[in-house]
Amino acid sequence: MKIHVASENSLIVYFGEQVSQGISDDILRVSTFLSAHIGHELIDLVPSYASILVIFNPLKTDHLHVRKIIRKAKQSVPSLSQDGRTLETSNKTVQLPVYYGEEAGPDLSRLAVNAGLSIEQVIKLHQSIEYRVYAIGFAPGFAYLGEVDERIAAPRLSTPRKKVPKGAVAIADRQTAVYPAQSPGGWNLIGLCPTDMFNPHGDPIMPVSVGDKIQFIEINCEQFLKLGGQLPQGAIE
Amino acid sequence: MSALFQIQSPGILSLLQDAGRYGQHTIGLTNGGPMDPIAYKWANRLLGNSDNATVIETTVGGLSLISHVNTQVAVTGANVSVKINGAPQAQWQTLAIVKDDVLELGFATQGCRIYLAVKDGFQVGTQFSSTSTVMREGVGGLTGKALTKGDVIHVLDRDASERISLLKLPEKQQPEYSNAITLRVIPGYQEHAFSRHDQRMFFYHEYTVSDLCDRMGYRLSGEKVNCNVQGILSEGIALGAIQIPKDGQPIILMNDRQTIGGYPKIGSVLSLDLAKLAQLTQGGKVRFEPITIDHAHNLLLLAQHKFENTVLEIIKPEQLINTKSGQSK
Repeated sequence: MKIHVASENSLIVYFGEQVSQGISDDILRVSTFLSAHIGHELIDLVPSYASILVIFNPLKTDHLHVRKIIRKAKQSVPSLSQDGRTLETSNKTVQLPVYYGEEAGPDLSRLAVNAGLSIEQVIKLHQSIEYRVYAIGFAPGFAYLGEVDERIAAPRLSTPRKKVPKGAVAIADRQTAVYPAQSPGGWNLIGLCPTDMFNPHGDPIMPVSVGDKIQFIEINCEQFLKLGGQLPQGAIE
Repeated sequence: MSALFQIQSPGILSLLQDAGRYGQHTIGLTNGGPMDPIAYKWANRLLGNSDNATVIETTVGGLSLISHVNTQVAVTGANVSVKINGAPQAQWQTLAIVKDDVLELGFATQGCRIYLAVKDGFQVGTQFSSTSTVMREGVGGLTGKALTKGDVIHVLDRDASERISLLKLPEKQQPEYSNAITLRVIPGYQEHAFSRHDQRMFFYHEYTVSDLCDRMGYRLSGEKVNCNVQGILSEGIALGAIQIPKDGQPIILMNDRQTIGGYPKIGSVLSLDLAKLAQLTQGGKVRFEPITIDHAHNLLLLAQHKFENTVLEIIKPEQLINTKSGQSK
């Protein structure tokens, strides 16, 4: 574990340099411990793939004290990545239905051609893995899921789309995600998910949190509409 | 008793903001809040408001409102003409407002963020514990969007016979906005991925604010900064972080930034200086100076101490709120 200064009121804690379930488990445990301090010296946390950004109130505490809290957090949670045990937490598995197809996912055929696979194989491979929520950010409710099968990994578009529809299921490198709202975006679109990923008036606001597992399940257009999904007006450019 | 302010013209961009939204990064929500928190704090202090009271942040200017209430307001931030019913008024002081008064802001002549605070704050419901408007997220304010013509905002009505003192921030304490500023930087994050030579280049050269500057970030142009790493695993982005994308042109991330990202960062700007950066528009000049985090803490504590110990000037003691119309309701 390395602790670097990030800004006048934040430290960033690095747990490793690659994506792994073990590191993610450690991050989850340490974040849970640190959350107990939010509202006192700590203001907010941003857990991600291999790091936690710890934001504190510099008028109430200082970076030396926060370093101590972080070390204490690390010591009081056993390192799982080192002893190989699995994490026992209340993290849930969430099933997300996806309407795959060229109407819903305009990059599906290109992805298939580049991978030398059929569209059906790409769809199957995308569902073949139980993904993990590694981070939430970029936009409200945007969950970074990993890691997709190497065969269907694809770089971001060189020119991002101005409009990616709400619910778009997308791939960038070995990450996959569901766009919680219409927004600009550069990921490869392969389908649409009717589940609300961010509902400010809902309880819970998000169906997933960091550490949860995601299983994508294929549905057809009719089921998609029945589940409240809306097809974007006109073709996705 | 609750009454209203009505927007006659929102100007270029007017947003309701409190001190910002905190503790919501885990669901991907950013901070929002005033781009120039120093001017924001003074506006509320002049009215005896809480540290978190909701104000209107107007970028560049052009805001006009009609008051359906007796109250007081204060205008701080960028230099701008302020008029009540056409009569010129001063910034950085309390102004008495009576029912049917029209308050108008001109266009900024120096700086670009203007703060309009009202006694007790604009009365707006919170979303995720804050009223701050973040347009990109559709969160905060009245509808998650910028204010528009005809919008009505609730404020508390003050008794017309209430006696008040009008206060002013002494002139020598008022911030001066410049087109060329130095930003103090706490080196951090991936600082070691930048060679000593590139770090020196970064701290030596002057950069120019590009046309890509908004509440999310300020993109600068100037001497290219090379980085030994191209991308990193996406990680949390602090307020003021200086991101160096592939083209080597720094981007300083502001209040409405995305909460995580995968570009290397050389460090972060001191918040006291971000307030000055927020007042710059395209063409503004920026230099960087490294400081330690301990020095940054000292500067923050000193600034807070000065803020708390500044004595406001009393310009008109014990005056009736309703002097202009001379009527009581």
